Amino acid sequence: MAAQGRIVWVSGPAVRADGMSDAKMYETVTVGNSKLVGEVIRLTGDVAFIQVYESTSGLKPGEPVIGTGNPLSVLLGPGIIGQIYDGIQRPLKELSKASGSYIGRGITTTPVDMTKQYHFIPTVNVGDEVSAGSVIGTVQETDLIEHSIMVPPDHKGGKITNIVSEGDYNLETEMATTEKDGQSVPLKMFHKWPVRKPRPFLKRYDPTVPLLTGQRVIDTFFPIAKGGTGSIPGAFGTGKTVTLHQIAKWADSQVVVYIGCGERGNEMTEVLVEFPELKDPRTGKPLMDRTVLVANTSNMPVAAREASIYTGVTIAEYYRDMGKDVVLVADSTSRWAESLREMSGRLEEMPAEEGYPSYLASRLAEFYERAGRVRASGSPDRDGSVTLVGAVSPSGGDFTEPVTTHTMRFIKTFWALDAKLAYSRHYPSINWMNSYSGYLADIAKWWGENINEDWLSLRSEAYGVLQREDTLKEIVRLLGPEALPDEEKLILEVARMVKIGLLQQNSFDEVDTYCSPEKQYKLLKLLVDFYKRGQQALKEGTELADIRAMPIVGSMLKARMDVKDDEMPKLDQLEVDMQEQFKSIAGVKVQN
Amino acid sequence: MSAEGGVQYSKIAEIKGPLVVVDDVSNAAFDELVEIETNEGERRLGKVLEVGNGKAIVQVFEGTTGLSISGTNAKFVGKVMEMPVSREVLGRVFDGLGRPKDGLPDPIADQFIDINGEPMNPEQREYPKDFIQTGVSVIDGMITLVRGQKLPIFSGSGMSHNLVAAQIARQASVIGKQDDFAVVFAAIGVQYSEAEYFRRSLEESGALKRSVLFLNTADDPAIERIITPRVALTVAEYLAFELGMHVLVILTDMTNYAEALREISAAREEVPGRKGYPGYLYTDLSTIYERAGKLNGKKGSVTQVPILSMPSDDITHPIPDLTGYITEGQVVLGRDLFRQGVYPPVNILMSLSRLMKDGIGEGSTRADHGEVSNQVYDAYSRAQEVRALAGIVGKAGLTEIDLKYMDVGDAFEKEFLSQATDENRTIEETLGILWKIVSKLPKNEITKIKDKYIDQYYKEQ
Repeated sequence: MAAQGRIVWVSGPAVRADGMSDAKMYETVTVGNSKLVGEVIRLTGDVAFIQVYESTSGLKPGEPVIGTGNPLSVLLGPGIIGQIYDGIQRPLKELSKASGSYIGRGITTTPVDMTKQYHFIPTVNVGDEVSAGSVIGTVQETDLIEHSIMVPPDHKGGKITNIVSEGDYNLETEMATTEKDGQSVPLKMFHKWPVRKPRPFLKRYDPTVPLLTGQRVIDTFFPIAKGGTGSIPGAFGTGKTVTLHQIAKWADSQVVVYIGCGERGNEMTEVLVEFPELKDPRTGKPLMDRTVLVANTSNMPVAAREASIYTGVTIAEYYRDMGKDVVLVADSTSRWAESLREMSGRLEEMPAEEGYPSYLASRLAEFYERAGRVRASGSPDRDGSVTLVGAVSPSGGDFTEPVTTHTMRFIKTFWALDAKLAYSRHYPSINWMNSYSGYLADIAKWWGENINEDWLSLRSEAYGVLQREDTLKEIVRLLGPEALPDEEKLILEVARMVKIGLLQQNSFDEVDTYCSPEKQYKLLKLLVDFYKRGQQALKEGTELADIRAMPIVGSMLKARMDVKDDEMPKLDQLEVDMQEQFKSIAGVKVQN
Repeated sequence: MSAEGGVQYSKIAEIKGPLVVVDDVSNAAFDELVEIETNEGERRLGKVLEVGNGKAIVQVFEGTTGLSISGTNAKFVGKVMEMPVSREVLGRVFDGLGRPKDGLPDPIADQFIDINGEPMNPEQREYPKDFIQTGVSVIDGMITLVRGQKLPIFSGSGMSHNLVAAQIARQASVIGKQDDFAVVFAAIGVQYSEAEYFRRSLEESGALKRSVLFLNTADDPAIERIITPRVALTVAEYLAFELGMHVLVILTDMTNYAEALREISAAREEVPGRKGYPGYLYTDLSTIYERAGKLNGKKGSVTQVPILSMPSDDITHPIPDLTGYITEGQVVLGRDLFRQGVYPPVNILMSLSRLMKDGIGEGSTRADHGEVSNQVYDAYSRAQEVRALAGIVGKAGLTEIDLKYMDVGDAFEKEFLSQATDENRTIEETLGILWKIVSKLPKNEITKIKDKYIDQYYKEQ
């Protein structure tokens, strides 16, 4: 039976209640007369320690606490896509109907519209055996999302004894019945799943397919794989949020879960305003038709911030189980870690580094382990992936702080944002010397097969130029650029071109905001060819100044903005122009 | 516990720092307002930070100096702290707790509003994009402010942040709109002279009757500073969302606010985060800064320009650091420029306005605005590199193009950045100067501007 206790102590989001001996760890409870939502996070005797997901202002000792018997769960079914939820899956649109412009308290809503009709097409027949995870039919959730109705993962399986025929049904309808050992279980279009428990799957694959984001510094230099993990740490003003928005907009996944965890309210509003207007470059449909937002802004209650991450990743796993590629973007995991720290402080736990609890690392590890490319349970065979990208907001921009250092242990792609680059308006300010990708070798095959087999060697060559430049910069800083021989000055020049023409990307420019893999490859090749021809020309006695003055230099630097994705022949023409211009300056030399 | 006319008084058990622990509490709520009464009949205000097991921990806004255990009683008021508001607050001066300080009686309240506010539903926010012309070139041209934005000024001790903020308050307007606007000014632990400078500046420009001032000066109780920004914002929200006004809120100095917060945290013996500030400093600051914005279906807006002084000019100090993570950009004042006598001494490379991209361009400022400002950012950053290089190899060691960039850097500081405190430049003038600076570069150095704008505005020199 559900626990029924009384509040004995209140301090901010933390409440202690007695008479709670029937409560379970991580059970959700309603707190006080205004029925706030809370979660049990410690049990001592009959006293439960509860974190409350809503503001506790005005709460008094003596008010009731009532258990629900269930752990914190999300409702999974059609109607999730396009929504904006708070940290515990309450739709913000419904909350505003109840409490206007501000977020009220104690409001109960359903996460999706239970009365909305969906056109259901069954994919199993009476007599078929199904098991946990099996698909029994599909509905079209949005223009972009075909939603599989699945047997819940904790279902014991059995024979279908009854299933509705094709037609329009709402979420309350019993769609099918299974029977096993004389027990019959009804199935609806939705089920619930506890957020802290990863959804099961059959097996895990190695990530070998790149998640294409259309961002050159990511795709070309520090790629992430579908089912992989990545982290973007950076001081404020370095462009974390813009980079995450870019990934959410242009990544070639079918579903995007965007978690605004303890960040700015206007950033969520921006997504809400912008995404319905933007078209997916592959399907031409509005981006909102594949996006779910989970918003717990910085001034919303801190405990729900902790929950928002789990709510988001559980939704992501649900769509993965349908066989979809899902990318989850969390901005920012530091705020999530801070909410852990705040609750830990109120629990009077012994702190580890900088006041963070000692279990910070294991919580981060658990979260990032929920990424992966997997074969889903049940029939038919479905492969899906969850890619996790987390922003980190290191205090003072210091990457040695606990959240950054622990995160680095559990992720494979690291995009280090650099305040110096941001100050000089080099965006995205991903520092090419400090960033890395552990997927490069795994996904090189994909580029080789789908774009061009010399991709990896071109990439290494361009990256080599950047590395050489980094060393040469020290010398320049001490002695000035004139101290270098021409061959090395050429490296500086080419590095500048790689930075402006390839690494920099203007996310507010209509053309530059997204760059197809073909265009990325061609821009890369142009730059590497320029370098090789430049080296050759210098050997043959051409002046560096003549190379610098070639009109092709300016055209190459602007090509990222001037050439649209469907105008690839223009880039081929630049390649031809470059050859001719190199020839012509060689000619000048001979004539002299 | 004793009852007087239905009101319950409780005894004090302990006094430590700004906190008192009240005993025998049976009916207090978290966050509830508390009146503390001394033997002499003096009343102070406080609020409940923690309640349970018959005790309540109360934070006393006016400080605990002079309180005694035997002679002091606490009364739980039965509600959270509220600010009485009405149109009559305009033109008035209040203390840091929202009580009249100008010798006039309390304004007749139209509403009583919880000073803590409630979080705006992100779904109900309207995305801010109305360009505010401040008449200050560097802000309008490079770090554009929009209505509903929160854009702090990061300064250091002794620098001219007050001049900048006062100039913005006097000159701010939206092109082509004659809307109702108001200024809410909150002095948080600043010197009396600074607060007085603002008051005079608003008076001289005739804006005082549309302003509301909240003054907690350096000699006022420190703990009161926790409340000052909240009462100010409560009034601002009322003016904006109930009366439809466009409200500019200036909060100075947020560093004093954070220090008051640290004092309470230390008294509660909480586990500290960085530099002794509480781990929840970020969350706490956000409950102030996030109260800027616009709302769907409401006419007004709340724009915040908080000022904070960076201890030792250190931008990585927790206060500017956490502020920068919450606000929509920052205007950073530079000590070097200030020393050279440049006004306003804004370091544009460290400054940023996150909402600029949506507030500028065709229809609000001019189509070329974004690109020309990007090019100038780029050029000024190159100029800084060249200056550093010149410091080592001398001017003679620089290439011709390097010298051009140095020129650009000087022109930027002398012609664009520098302006008089009463000089109100239009956006057209501001963009004109930017193009003049860009035109000092040869065309093939201009990589961030589309050819059509170069053709239109570039003037070879």
